[in-house]
Amino acid sequence: MTRKDEVGGKDWAELRARLESARGPRYWRSLEEVAETDAFQKLLEDEFPSQASEWNDPLGRRRFLKLMGASLALAGVSSCTRQPAETIVPFARTVEATIPGRPLYFATAASLGGFATGVLVESHMGRPTKIEGNPRHPASLGASDAITQASILGLYDPDRSQVTTQAGQISSWLSFVAVLRREIEAQRLSRGAGLRILTETVTSPTLAAQLNGLLEDFPAARWHQYEPTARDSVFEGSQLAFGEVVNTVYHFDRAAVVVSLDGDFLGQGPAKLRYTRDFIEKRGSGAAGEAMNRLYVAEGAPSITGAMADHRLRLKVGEVEGFARSLAQALGVAGQTPEHEAASGRWGSWIAPLVRDLQDHRGSAIIYPGDEQPPIVHALAQAMNRALGAEGRTVTWTEAVEARPENQFESLAELARDMEAGQVEVLLILGGNPVFDAPAELGFAEQLNNIKFRAHLGLYEDETSELCHWHIPEAHYLESWSDARAYDGTATIVQPLIAPLYGGKTAHELLAAAAGAAERSAHSLVREFWRSKTSTEDFELFWKKALHEGVIEGTSSAAKSPTLRARLDAPDGRAARAQLSTLAKPAGRRLEVVFRPDASVWDGRFANNGWLQETPNPITKLTWDNPALLSPATAERLGLANEDVVEMALDGRKLEAPVWVTPGHADDSVTLHLGYGRTRGGRVAEGAGFNAYAIRTSTGRWSARGLEVRKTGKRYRLACTQDHHSMEGRHLVRAGTLAEFQQDPHFAQKLDHGGGDELSLYPGHEYKGYAWGMAIDLNRCIGCNACMVACQAENNVPVVGKQEVIRGREMHWIRVDRYWEGSLDDPKTYYEPVACMHCESAPCEVVCPVGATVHSAEGLNDMVYNRCIGTRYCSNNCPYKVRRFNFLHYSDYETPSLKLLRNPDVTVRTRGVMEKCTYCVQRINSARIETEKEGRKIHDGEITTACQSACPAQAIVFGDINDPGSRVARSKADPRHYGLLTELNTRPRTSYLARLTNPNPELEPGAVEHPEHAQQSHGGPVAGFDPQPRKRAG
Amino acid sequence: MSQIFHPSTNTISKVSIFGSVFLAGGLLWGVVNMNRSDYLTQVAVPRKQPVPFSHKHHVSGLGLDCRHCHTSVEESAFAGLPATKTCMTCHSQVWADSPMLEPVRASFQKDEPLEWTRVHDLPDFVYFNHSIHVKKGVGCVSCHGRVDQMPLVWKQQTLQMEWCLDCHRHPEGHLRPPEQVFNMTWQPEEDQSVLGAALVLKNKVRNPTSCSDCHR
Repeated sequence: MTRKDEVGGKDWAELRARLESARGPRYWRSLEEVAETDAFQKLLEDEFPSQASEWNDPLGRRRFLKLMGASLALAGVSSCTRQPAETIVPFARTVEATIPGRPLYFATAASLGGFATGVLVESHMGRPTKIEGNPRHPASLGASDAITQASILGLYDPDRSQVTTQAGQISSWLSFVAVLRREIEAQRLSRGAGLRILTETVTSPTLAAQLNGLLEDFPAARWHQYEPTARDSVFEGSQLAFGEVVNTVYHFDRAAVVVSLDGDFLGQGPAKLRYTRDFIEKRGSGAAGEAMNRLYVAEGAPSITGAMADHRLRLKVGEVEGFARSLAQALGVAGQTPEHEAASGRWGSWIAPLVRDLQDHRGSAIIYPGDEQPPIVHALAQAMNRALGAEGRTVTWTEAVEARPENQFESLAELARDMEAGQVEVLLILGGNPVFDAPAELGFAEQLNNIKFRAHLGLYEDETSELCHWHIPEAHYLESWSDARAYDGTATIVQPLIAPLYGGKTAHELLAAAAGAAERSAHSLVREFWRSKTSTEDFELFWKKALHEGVIEGTSSAAKSPTLRARLDAPDGRAARAQLSTLAKPAGRRLEVVFRPDASVWDGRFANNGWLQETPNPITKLTWDNPALLSPATAERLGLANEDVVEMALDGRKLEAPVWVTPGHADDSVTLHLGYGRTRGGRVAEGAGFNAYAIRTSTGRWSARGLEVRKTGKRYRLACTQDHHSMEGRHLVRAGTLAEFQQDPHFAQKLDHGGGDELSLYPGHEYKGYAWGMAIDLNRCIGCNACMVACQAENNVPVVGKQEVIRGREMHWIRVDRYWEGSLDDPKTYYEPVACMHCESAPCEVVCPVGATVHSAEGLNDMVYNRCIGTRYCSNNCPYKVRRFNFLHYSDYETPSLKLLRNPDVTVRTRGVMEKCTYCVQRINSARIETEKEGRKIHDGEITTACQSACPAQAIVFGDINDPGSRVARSKADPRHYGLLTELNTRPRTSYLARLTNPNPELEPGAVEHPEHAQQSHGGPVAGFDPQPRKRAG
Repeated sequence: MSQIFHPSTNTISKVSIFGSVFLAGGLLWGVVNMNRSDYLTQVAVPRKQPVPFSHKHHVSGLGLDCRHCHTSVEESAFAGLPATKTCMTCHSQVWADSPMLEPVRASFQKDEPLEWTRVHDLPDFVYFNHSIHVKKGVGCVSCHGRVDQMPLVWKQQTLQMEWCLDCHRHPEGHLRPPEQVFNMTWQPEEDQSVLGAALVLKNKVRNPTSCSDCHR
């Protein structure tokens, strides 16, 4: 075999040919796998890629042997030491409601982009350790996402700013307040003409009231809002459609047909958890009498919503508008312009079947426009939804939730203009990091120097605080009193779980200080506000109830029924027209560039969060970086391969970044994720990835034309996890269409490779009590990674760093495998979460020489850390590759703040020890003890594993399989049920339900003009793809 | 050629070969017993405490119930240690000027906790739960000994895993009626093995011996 280290160059044609020649559906994980590169073969052969540990000891091997000799001699004596004396420290005065050893839960809200998601936070002896969703909160319904789960690490981040600084020197809050008062009072004469306040999106009613109060005092002052992921198009689209800003709420639980216009409603947005839950409930299980919804997605950069699609139309982001116009025209909605009809060839075959499907489901259809699409797409979507009778059924409207919905890019531009003109004397930046993330053309950093007094409130000493006179450490939301509103307007009181670790202040306190009330605490401000808003007699009762429930009843925004305007392309649709003109430009060799918030670090604010950095991107499975994503065809045309560094130029601005070839990406388009390439803001953040803001401007905030890409010849190593822990091409992920399922409900089980005859040399186990098991429904899993981070938080799973990920040593107990099926250019995407299977006949148990992994009486595959000596035989013998070895003492035992983070119910593992999923045995034990004290059995659903409780789609079910009425037992009786690698007779306790798709027969292959689509054809009902015996390299 | 080794070498070599076997065996025996010795497990070694608190005086002298101070023993994994305020409910009146109690008063005034030396200290990878043991009828005395007769508390049992497993495998030897759990002087009126077996059935006592029951 010739040496092949990378995929690229002339290999492309061969790759395509291989995929096209496959019989039946073939699932593949990466380009390297299809190409069978040497590197991929090596990964397969090595249990842990790069076996030998990194040799950090400068004294070398000789000294190691000496030490080993000595420690062997003393090995038996090591236990002969007295246990060191430890102290035990009770309270001086007992704290109300605290029972030592038992956690308390408090309801509060985590916000992203200003919008709240209700959470319940677990607190052990006054330190928050774990976040769960609040089942009573409309945006959560008990679920949470990866970012919210990881925010607990953000609280204890040792790199957070810890002290007030003036010009980089340590100062104090009181000195700041004195100076601030002087500066503010100096503005009184000019009625605040030189005063500017810059916030992020504000939904907090209290903060809005404070800001408005300050503006009444200083009528000439200005309040600006800016966030790089602001949803301007949503507001402007609403203006175009209705002439006013309204909040659109979608009801996916009532939608049989959903068309997403580049909208990632499962992966981002204020209501993603709610929308996911609603969408998945309507998706159903394919059972008889249960309708299954159908999802069409038109998108450029692959998203997890696109991965769920029954039909995915691969378009450049700039073409989605044209598609929307064609669709609108076909649905009889005004607003289309003739030049777009010409472009309709790209999607011509789609329109008629799509329209028929939509018309057949009047009143139960949703057209969902993406936040990043231009306003006109939103306006058209509103009009189409109206035309489809969605009003009051699948789409409702309320008053805007934001305290001041506005175009934030314009707001920031106005501030930059004022700064340039020297009109700004005092600037208070309350959160956010505009120096890092402002549009490139504003020169925000340079303009900032024109201001006499500038102060920054932030969690980190970042790029913005570096250029400000004053930096005030901000209180984390788990340390703050505040309030925030959810996607439907429902308000939640944000209450602190712990006193500010570093004396941080909230925006409320800073504004109160600016208004001359520095002594007011955020607690009293929030309480006062709500006291003034409630008419109830008993305010204490109202307050306690609000804190306890985590939602304030009756605060959802008032419903509206706005009237649609006759013409959508009105003169105030400036942005819309700008977008139109770019569409007309010829592409040539120049590409489209697309900007997207990153699934992990978002707009950069979570860049210092190691959990999020190490969570693989749902599509690329890359960690710690944000390469430029492009399609295989584009890479082929430009002669690029994975990890090639390119120089990208857009309107004279340049950026160097490596590329990553992403099947399913639109051709002639490059996607850049925001938030990486931080230069200041913590040890984890600095040096990871590339700063896409360097070429992002206001006009091209989400996409722009005219990107030039030049290969530099340099290479850059990326840490991708998708080929790690490979199970070598067996029928691991199983999927079929609804029609196939109805024809043969047991199609998934028929793909078994035989075996499973239960013959074993080892004696079986008998389970008289509980027998724990898990079922994962692939039809529900959206691949969002919430389970991974939830597990990390619950089980004290360490972060290993980019270099260790490259060696294949990531420690996640649950991983989400991503499979592609079909053609190279436009494959279907499937997700499969894999954790320890807790096999009945576990191959790991019989090979452990020290009995460190054994079977429990309830069928768990126990891992006993204190027995493990690190032979790694168990992992070698595990066919699922779910065991993780701690090579280099990854857990931080030293940093004081991180000690507070640990879950006290789970051992913090040390170096040299194998670890893996335990089915959250600490939760099982806790429930068993509590129920035994009450003298009853554990109810079904009483124990939820961490992954299960985080999952917004409720894809994971856990329970007692000895109880035939339990949800997990019923799942296992589902015809779609199958096990992984059951031919090995491991009899896994965790099993899967096959994925179903519900394609539109009219859009099935042949009807689509893209040649790639033809390759997605299913020969017959899910014919098996026989893995060819792999040729071993070397 | 004369002999290189003197005939006595035979004896010496025999003795040293057999001797080393016994020596190695003896060493192993020594290590094992050392590990179980009171010296290493610190059984019966009273610990020095910041305040010489006497359980003997408070329990057998004054008749305080265990739960007066160890409040969470029935609800939580952790039995609970009294807050300084609990001490001060009496000691603001009784022995209010005693120099021995100075650390207690200082703690109360400054709102800073007292730091006691742990007597019963399980390794961090062991997760023991008081509440379930108490509920199922394992008396305080069974593990902690006659605390009511200890001026300064010491460890009565080794707390080694073999000791835990003895009871987990055969709980009937150590169970009492749940209402007698906090009784320091309770003795079974009938044969313990008969009573224990009946209590196992009556209170549905399991004998959990899976690793993950205690290690996780």
